[in-house]
Amino acid sequence: MNKISLIIKREYLTRVKKKSFIIMTIIGPLLMASVMIVPIWIATKTNQEKRIAVIDESYLFVNRLNDSETIKFIYLTNDINSVKDNFEKSDFDAIFYIPKPSALIPTYSKLYSDKEPSILVKSYIQEQFKKEVEAMKLLQAGIDSKLLESTKAHVTIDTIKISEGGIEKKSNPLVSTGFGIFGGILIYFFIFMFGTQVMRGVIEEKTSRIIEVIISSVKPFQLMMGKIVGIALVGLTQFLLWVVFTGAIVGIFQVAYSSDISKYSTSKMLEQNDNSLIPETITPNQINETQSNNVGEIFEAISSINFTVMIGSFIFYFLFGYLLYAAFFAAIGSAVDNESDTQQFMLPITVPLILSIVLAQFIAGNPQGPIAFWLSIIPLTSPIAMMIRIPFGVPYWEILLSISLLILGFLGATLFAAKIYRIGILMYGKKPSYKDIGKWLRYKN
Amino acid sequence: MNLLEVKNITKQYANHKALDDVSISVPEQSIFGLLGPNGAGKTTLIRIINLINACDKGEIIFAGKKIKAKDTETIGYLPEERGLYKKMKVGEQALYLSRLKGVERKEATEKLKFWFEKFDLLRWWNRKVEELSKGMQQKVQFIVTIIHEPKLLIFDEPFSGFDPINTELLKEEILKLRDNGATVIFSTHNMASVEEICDHIALINKSKKILDGNVKTIKNEYKSNIFELGISGIENELKGKINPAFNILSQIRDDELTKYKIKIPHTSNPNELLKEVIPFCSVTYLNEIIPNMNEIFIRAVGENN
Repeated sequence: MNKISLIIKREYLTRVKKKSFIIMTIIGPLLMASVMIVPIWIATKTNQEKRIAVIDESYLFVNRLNDSETIKFIYLTNDINSVKDNFEKSDFDAIFYIPKPSALIPTYSKLYSDKEPSILVKSYIQEQFKKEVEAMKLLQAGIDSKLLESTKAHVTIDTIKISEGGIEKKSNPLVSTGFGIFGGILIYFFIFMFGTQVMRGVIEEKTSRIIEVIISSVKPFQLMMGKIVGIALVGLTQFLLWVVFTGAIVGIFQVAYSSDISKYSTSKMLEQNDNSLIPETITPNQINETQSNNVGEIFEAISSINFTVMIGSFIFYFLFGYLLYAAFFAAIGSAVDNESDTQQFMLPITVPLILSIVLAQFIAGNPQGPIAFWLSIIPLTSPIAMMIRIPFGVPYWEILLSISLLILGFLGATLFAAKIYRIGILMYGKKPSYKDIGKWLRYKN
Repeated sequence: MNLLEVKNITKQYANHKALDDVSISVPEQSIFGLLGPNGAGKTTLIRIINLINACDKGEIIFAGKKIKAKDTETIGYLPEERGLYKKMKVGEQALYLSRLKGVERKEATEKLKFWFEKFDLLRWWNRKVEELSKGMQQKVQFIVTIIHEPKLLIFDEPFSGFDPINTELLKEEILKLRDNGATVIFSTHNMASVEEICDHIALINKSKKILDGNVKTIKNEYKSNIFELGISGIENELKGKINPAFNILSQIRDDELTKYKIKIPHTSNPNELLKEVIPFCSVTYLNEIIPNMNEIFIRAVGENN
């Protein structure tokens, strides 16, 4: 045991001290944090108030276009050409120009700007314009737009999960899908990243010819397990550092820009509401109500996910999924002399992983279906498939079955890999065929 | 007293027999040469002794008992295929390998510093292995092989990659280790070094042991009563003058000397030969030709094939 711990220590320390580890540790959180921060930051930056000059030659729209948090309409009566000429000197961000209409109600307009106006600004103005035009047309046809509005029905379906204690919780398939697929992809990524590290480590020991020196002191199995466990610890360290650093970066950002963000988040929701979610003429009061309902629903859906189970199973499936595959990766590394020879052997072990990722959407779409069930029970696919299913709620017996099969799978894979490994590490030269490896399995120690 | 007894070892691989009923006995505090052509099974035998491979039949007795895993801590093995982690620092790596052999950190550090000093490596302690020359790496490997003061040392082609000066240095150290109580098994193709340092040898060919024993005894067994006779002057012709029972095999003129190789019949002896030749010439020397290990190796393997 003492020797395994020496090996684990070496494998861990040499990797953690590597430049690539330190760089990944810094870059990973920066990337993850920037994925979260940059869109918000850009949004807050571009959400300075835009002043739009409105020149309406039809005089139908004066004071009728609604301002938003970030877009303010200023109605001018000047001639369009003079405004255009003085645009640079003015503090307007754009000129919204409605020419004298050929028909009774104008449907044509122009937006002048020195910079390309953002999609959000353009679509907001378009919406406002369209809304007014539609209202006018309805009026023209003798229909009161308020009357029409009252006929629009707003219906909802709440999905409610009945959990075992009989407690009802509102769930949200989108939120569960998001969490599930994120967890699955994270496991996929970690298995590959650290599995190939195991493989490279084994190949390095072979090509540098240190292997025989070491296995005269320790058993090949000890060396293999030491390497696998050492690298698992590297993976956990990296993961924890990422979580901590990403949290820290996002936290610092939140503190530094908290006022901007809160302003942004309300305005963003308003925009969304105006653009698509809510029928156009809903009153601000209604908007707020629906919006708070939305947010509340998402929070309730998030809280309906059992995070103890989620995090617990993430750590379990991450560790054992990695351990299962790392054994295979170690066996492949031992069988070849260089990395370019690994392709042929990599294929069969990457297929189950890729299959579970490809089917991720499908599993999330029907988390209790037979395919989702079997994929989350079979050890090779269960680490990813079960992670995707867990946010939707999985019966405990299925989780227990999947866990016990994964542990059995890990033990089996390790014994299988060890048989290849002990022979492979001392074989140089010709790349072995599957037939050769089959023979190795039958050798007595 | 034999430190190591290899008894009737057989090892079968899928397509060939690597070892066929091989037995050797390595006396304590001796240097034992394990010889044989490429692919004869030497490395397999060494790996079986190191418990890296298991044998199908036979057993290994180490210090009087059946060998067990813990015994590898009292064996030092320098494999033929040897290397180091290239990216790791020299000292750190030497320490790691020593600790894998069961030496405590503090003790290992002290001993390593001593040996690094001795082999002029100390200033490389904190450098990466890849910065070292091949010879220096070999020295590091030698040091970590002996650092735990093993009872049994196994060197597979220890001198490959060494220049003559360092080969000499290494040879001295190996002899010193033997004198201090270690037993050494030595696998090599370099017959000159076998002759110089080995007390016993075993010759393996085609998975079988074909010859073993004390070096001097073997040499005596392989001598064939051929003597070299040197006489002064170049005009002396012995052929036809002496008793034809003394078979003249060759005759070489070399400056002031003529050298004859003569086979003496078993019924006779060198004195008889001298009596025969003295009337015709003045003898400068008479030597018995003892075959060197190289010749014995070639002959034994040739006969076996």
